[in-house]
Amino acid sequence: MISAYYFGAIALILIGLYAVLVKKNLLKILIGLSIMETGVNLLLISIGYVSGKSAPILSESITPSQAVDPIPQALVLTAIVIGVATTAMALSVAIILYEKYGTLNIEEVRRLRG
Amino acid sequence: MLKRALAIVAILIIGYWLAQGLSQVPFGQDKMLVGKYYLEHVKEQTGAVNAVTAVVVNYRGFDTLGEVTVLFIASTGVGALLWRKKRKRTAKTKGSVVLTTGSKLLFPFIMLFGMYIFIHGHLTPGGGFPGGATIATAFLLMYMAFTIYEIPHKGFEVTEGFAGMGYVLVGLIGLAIGGYFLFDWIWQTWHLGTSNVGRLFSGGFIPVIYTIIGIKVGTELSGIIDNMLKEEVKE
Repeated sequence: MISAYYFGAIALILIGLYAVLVKKNLLKILIGLSIMETGVNLLLISIGYVSGKSAPILSESITPSQAVDPIPQALVLTAIVIGVATTAMALSVAIILYEKYGTLNIEEVRRLRG
Repeated sequence: MLKRALAIVAILIIGYWLAQGLSQVPFGQDKMLVGKYYLEHVKEQTGAVNAVTAVVVNYRGFDTLGEVTVLFIASTGVGALLWRKKRKRTAKTKGSVVLTTGSKLLFPFIMLFGMYIFIHGHLTPGGGFPGGATIATAFLLMYMAFTIYEIPHKGFEVTEGFAGMGYVLVGLIGLAIGGYFLFDWIWQTWHLGTSNVGRLFSGGFIPVIYTIIGIKVGTELSGIIDNMLKEEVKE
């Protein structure tokens, strides 16, 4: 049986993918991308979890043997920032597309018609 | 309709495939290889008690440099995409007195808390990126509460550039002293703070770099907000 965290992460990735595949509004596609990103981050974090252990900030009560894996957390810290950066870029492209074409429907934007 | 059905079928297949792959990865079990080394040596090698920030800044400092670069390129890209000759805030409705006064009062508190987060990156959860994002929310609050508010551009863009240069400079000093880029010279060569691990003046160059990163991220995200909130003025 698959863990609830893995299931939730996969579900988030798939919901985001569904939005990207099916939706016509550009902003909804960007929301889908953000949801996918969240799912990937949740998956990475939950792979690093060790049950019963605490955050990797060492102190008198938390020795190295009582902390979870710090590497996925460092990786996700990077991934979140990159996600924010790409989302900001994509949103400004969306602003420009709306100014130019007057619509956010990707089928009406001429050059994106597939 | 057909498209949706096809999409759902494809997604279910992908989901089954992902779940198949992940069923071999046990949840909650100890899978650490390198992580164990980091946890056991983080205190004497870097002086930080927060293993995550030690990994991000010290052991894998190049990742953070690349991340800062990505954020800088994104901010530059947003600026380039939304560049117009004349741009102004186009907010029309003024905020209520409660909103404007409340934001004015909250602004210094949020700034203080953001600075707290990035200065204590080696001791508490957080670090440069959360702290910088918190500072950017303070400026976002000002933008949202006032119709004419604008960040002081001259100071902001210069600070952003100098912060980025400061990060590379700290790395280059490490290159000169220790022989490789991003060498932790404050900890390894000066042994500054070796006696008080877990207090503020420890952690090698992690607080220094995180202060720089916090300032950079804060100004950068504020700049992105500024670019997105302005619109072209038609003459």
